[in-house]
Amino acid sequence: MVCRRSTNRLKVSWHSVLVASLLVALIGAVNPAPAQAEGETFSLGLVTFLSGGAAGPFGIPARNAAELVVEAINAGTLPAPYNTKGVAGLTIDPTVIDEAGGGTKQVGEFRNLAQRKNVDAVIGYISSGDCLAIAPVAEELGVLTIFFDCGTPRIFEDSSFKYVFRTGPTSTMDNVGAARYVLDLNPGLKSVAGINQNYAWGQDSWNDFRDSLQALKPGVEIKTEQFPKIYAGQYGSEISALMVNKPEVIHSSFWGGDMEGLVLQGAARGLFDDHKGVFTCGETAMFRLSDQIAEGAIIGGRGPFGVYAPDNALNQWFRKSYIDRFGTPPTYPSYKMAQALLGLKAAADKAAAAKNGKPNKDEIAAALTGLEFEAPSGTVRMALGKGHQAVQEMVYGQYTYKNNKPEVYNVKRYPAECVNPPDGVTSSEWIKSSLKQTMCK
Amino acid sequence: MDNLLVILIDGLVYSSWLFIVAAGLTLVYGVMKILNMAHGSLYAIGAYTAASLVGWYFNGGYPPWGSFALFIGGAVLAGMLTGLLIERGLLRWMYGRDEVVMILVTYGVLLILEDATKLLWGVDAYFAYQPYGLLGRVKLRGITFTVYDLMLIAVAGLVGFALWYALNRTRQGKLLRAVIHDREVSLAMGINVNRVFIVTFVIGSALGALAGGVTAPALSVAPGIGIEIIILAFAVVVIGGLGSVGGAAVGALLVGICRAVAVHTYPQFELFVIYGVMAAVLAVRPQGLFITAAARKI
Repeated sequence: MVCRRSTNRLKVSWHSVLVASLLVALIGAVNPAPAQAEGETFSLGLVTFLSGGAAGPFGIPARNAAELVVEAINAGTLPAPYNTKGVAGLTIDPTVIDEAGGGTKQVGEFRNLAQRKNVDAVIGYISSGDCLAIAPVAEELGVLTIFFDCGTPRIFEDSSFKYVFRTGPTSTMDNVGAARYVLDLNPGLKSVAGINQNYAWGQDSWNDFRDSLQALKPGVEIKTEQFPKIYAGQYGSEISALMVNKPEVIHSSFWGGDMEGLVLQGAARGLFDDHKGVFTCGETAMFRLSDQIAEGAIIGGRGPFGVYAPDNALNQWFRKSYIDRFGTPPTYPSYKMAQALLGLKAAADKAAAAKNGKPNKDEIAAALTGLEFEAPSGTVRMALGKGHQAVQEMVYGQYTYKNNKPEVYNVKRYPAECVNPPDGVTSSEWIKSSLKQTMCK
Repeated sequence: MDNLLVILIDGLVYSSWLFIVAAGLTLVYGVMKILNMAHGSLYAIGAYTAASLVGWYFNGGYPPWGSFALFIGGAVLAGMLTGLLIERGLLRWMYGRDEVVMILVTYGVLLILEDATKLLWGVDAYFAYQPYGLLGRVKLRGITFTVYDLMLIAVAGLVGFALWYALNRTRQGKLLRAVIHDREVSLAMGINVNRVFIVTFVIGSALGALAGGVTAPALSVAPGIGIEIIILAFAVVVIGGLGSVGGAAVGALLVGICRAVAVHTYPQFELFVIYGVMAAVLAVRPQGLFITAAARKI
């Protein structure tokens, strides 16, 4: 009797072992071992919009750039100083995630990348809302995270991080640069109006532009401040309101489909024929809506990207390779993705050289802090946010399609120091207190 | 006074667009008691079809004026076919289920159609702006409007009149109203309720696609446009009363005019005003403006 019982127990225990083994195998399949354990690859999460309104003008060009640059890094075919294989000698193993779905979904996706995929680093995020949501989670999980495109300056002004970086500039310099350019073009400017999306990006952008103008030229009248909902699509009433108020200049930080909708509807009603449009993100529409953007419109590309990129070896390689593969010139999201990947490579290679071996995340983070590295857009300095936030020069120009070719003229470059606050000072404080005294050399 | 006219025109244009979207949604609910979450996807399918046809037509170098019949007709046809497919392929197996179940079913259809549009058209935006400027501009009180936008008011008026006429002055409309009032008694009286359902759903779908089609020339047609519109359309039909076409017209007018007033006077309230109007109406009439409270059948 006793024997039988123990046999039964044995049977049960064999079943348990079998089930447990299957579960372990299953968990193993779902949750693969960290890439680092294999010692050959660098597991990299790449997050960008693959669907939704931001995919076409931003997400897909960024993904294309990632595909191109990751391939070149792994093959060691990039121009100097990046002509060594891999990051710290490791082949990049990318996992691409769709950024669509909002902050809550993205936090879940980020946790999956960190805890299930055990990625070594994450590069991503176009939406400022997503960056604000991800930054504290990345820090909590200790995942090396590089924001490549989102613009809100609040990330490093409100908090400081060890593992979170941004290799692209903030929206502050877009709007300070826009204010400087508008006044350089028209020193006698009397009135402006704004149409910006009603969330962090649009409100921050407008506040920076308005405050910069008022600091640089007190007395400029603000005619109207329009804040339609993001993805609203229809701007008929807003266009009428802008026309009724007759401002000399209309500022807009609209991006993606919203910006394209505003350009189309504004063009059909002649809005930007009579009022000078300033599109801080207009560069992405230059090749998509060439015959719809008004002559003379002021176009920004969020830094020295796209048509504003300098003529260096990295840019020559990047531009040619991108056009050869995708049949269209790279716009600023492509440049900023390439920049983030090169920043990661520069830091990882530097950390590996110092250690003479494979660096860990703390060593890569330390190497990236305050780093100065080269990119297709020129020199990038991690100079703000205690060395975690990049600064670059800001460039603006005016749009023309006179030769049936989208081009910019009257291009003006502003050094990083005259469009960005010094480290430790918030953008809004700097604009209100010191912008006027900051000279542009 | 000058501004009042501009506000009125802006409000009317926006209301017209809202009404064309909402009319199909409320018609389907009125007859079939299905709150069709996939209505936004039908709007997107109409917009994508129109954008593709406009692109093809203008690349072919055909006479520009012919594009109107093509893209509007194409959008409506795409909506009708998709509607027929949804009704015959899925919904007819679900009739009689709880309204909440039908919401979940149509939500599933929305997700499928969202992915199907990405599969067919990709994720990059489409542009169909050529017809938008074709009708020219007019200047009213010093403000330029596109004739295309003003024509939307006429299109909405036509849709509203056609629906009113069909419902109130035709035999089919009377049958449909009978089904709205009581499905079981209609069935007992020999009305082919299933056929009424098919026709209603196809017309509702066509109206959703028509809205997308006529809006496409002013937009960057990209994934997600259907999701945005469905929220607005729901607000409009809830204000008017679920199932009332007249209610949808009044709801669209209220929302459109209030939004235009906000944009011109207090732009910061623009986001709030649509839901503010909805909350105010529902506080006074929880069933919407044009629906009388009825005892629930047990």
